[in-house]
Amino acid sequence: MDLKSLTIDAARSAVQQRETTALALAEAHYAHIQKEDGQIGAFLTLSKERALEQADRIDRTAAEGTTLPPLGGVPVGIKDVMSTRGVRTTAGSKILEKYIPPYDCTAVARMEAAGAVVLGKMNCDEFAMGSSNENSAYHPVRNPRDLSRVPGGSSGGSAAAVASDMAVVALGSDTGGSIRQPASFCGVVGLMPTYGRVSRYGLIAFASSLDHIGPLAKTVKDAAIVLRTIAGRDPMDSTSADVPVPDYVAELDKPVRGMKLGVAKEYFGEGLDDEVRQAVEAAIDKLKELGCEIVPVSLPHTPYAIPTYYLIATAEASSNLARFDGVRYSHRALGVKTLSEMYRRSRDEGFGTEVKRRIMLGTYALSAGYYDAYYLKAQKVRTLLTRDFDEAFRKVDAIVTPTSPTAAFRLGEKSNDPLAMYLADIYTVTADLAGIPGISVPCGETKEKLPIGLQILGKHFDESTILRLAHAYEQAA
Amino acid sequence: MKVTDKDVAYVADLANLELTEEERTRMLRDLNSILDYIDRLNELDTSNVPPMAQVSDRYGVDQAKQGSERFAYARREDVLEGLRKSLPHEIALENAPDADEHFFRVPKVIER
Repeated sequence: MDLKSLTIDAARSAVQQRETTALALAEAHYAHIQKEDGQIGAFLTLSKERALEQADRIDRTAAEGTTLPPLGGVPVGIKDVMSTRGVRTTAGSKILEKYIPPYDCTAVARMEAAGAVVLGKMNCDEFAMGSSNENSAYHPVRNPRDLSRVPGGSSGGSAAAVASDMAVVALGSDTGGSIRQPASFCGVVGLMPTYGRVSRYGLIAFASSLDHIGPLAKTVKDAAIVLRTIAGRDPMDSTSADVPVPDYVAELDKPVRGMKLGVAKEYFGEGLDDEVRQAVEAAIDKLKELGCEIVPVSLPHTPYAIPTYYLIATAEASSNLARFDGVRYSHRALGVKTLSEMYRRSRDEGFGTEVKRRIMLGTYALSAGYYDAYYLKAQKVRTLLTRDFDEAFRKVDAIVTPTSPTAAFRLGEKSNDPLAMYLADIYTVTADLAGIPGISVPCGETKEKLPIGLQILGKHFDESTILRLAHAYEQAA
Repeated sequence: MKVTDKDVAYVADLANLELTEEERTRMLRDLNSILDYIDRLNELDTSNVPPMAQVSDRYGVDQAKQGSERFAYARREDVLEGLRKSLPHEIALENAPDADEHFFRVPKVIER
């Protein structure tokens, strides 16, 4: 079977019609991974036993003539920040090198209940902290389009695997852009749902008020199928919302004519690469041809999003990562004499540079004497950033922007300058802070054949609209 | 410069991190450069702006309801086995770097 551009429906229907088996499909993906992943580095752990057991279950269902569930037999990848029972889960960190979770993340359990075959765990920046995947404690991921370039981050393994047909779809997580930016760099679709739309239970926490799970996929329709599968209230996550989940797939083909699309000048200013600007403007013209009305909007606090994000995200991270103490499940340093020495040495050996930097910044921002000036200030600016969107969405149905100011950069290009790396997320972080959904859909290439992404942002719990727009654009482009 | 050597040592201590000499030097440089950038937040007057800790108390809830009533859907009985059974002992200890049959084992807590 040709894995190139294999979608969920094509894979599922081939298994259902007995043109192939889920087992053969999984084996074909493993053979492809064996051949390709040596140079890309998208996988950290393969879960072959679990995958083949699930494939066998699906094949028996298909053999009985029973209708397969929506993801029946579809090979998927799971970012290694999501817990998988019995399958090593590292969060890209040495501190969890040997961690085998005793339970499944809700999103993973829902994928498997819908028939997905979990091939393995995808490489990522350590604790999802990074924009290039160079912060993985194991090895960097390379962009399948150009191996000298980064795939983006932190869900770089998920994006690269989907882009190189090593998985049909993958789950990623987005705290400041970590689904949408790598999707843009690798030329795939990446969807960050509304905060609370998908349960975070079993997701290794980075910044709890900003973390979102969502799909990376080859098509908008596949992203819609995955969202429909993983969305909805989960009693195990008190922040998962009690909001009905629409049938995103059924709504895809509704017309987009007459929709109002906001364009904010703050997303087209200094720092935006010319080729990216041209591609995004051409995409906006295309949406106009499809009957959308373009409306200028203003998001005046946008320049304050990155500093706000790096205070809130690091403050929450410094608290969340305190649990890695070498007592119950994480790495423990050898030859220590006292408990406090054990904590310090274990954390020193287990955490990488960027993680330590963020723990330090977050601890500083929360420390006595600085709390008001930094953390509280950032929380107030978060209100202003959210109000910007509330205001804009009174006038428009969605907002279109570039996903990232540039196409994929080279490995090493920004790794010595944390601030330059942080600015790679300049168009994505605001949606995380406001909790609104966003999707990145491919919208052309640079002269060097590097993918460019169009970002569409929507109202809270209105993924249907941005999926529909992205789908209409994808079909027309 | 906002952060000094002494601050770095103090914050590392609060965060239970043991940094090498080299890491401290780099941390000093990086934290100061990031905090300089963060300073632009002071351009905004936020004296009358309420802080926002999370989004889930504003969106996706019934605004007509007040206080904890908004989150009534998340309420559950306060019982021992609230949502799921606790992990069996041996499973809970499986990932421990050091344990006996019953407990996690750690170095001496009381120093003298």
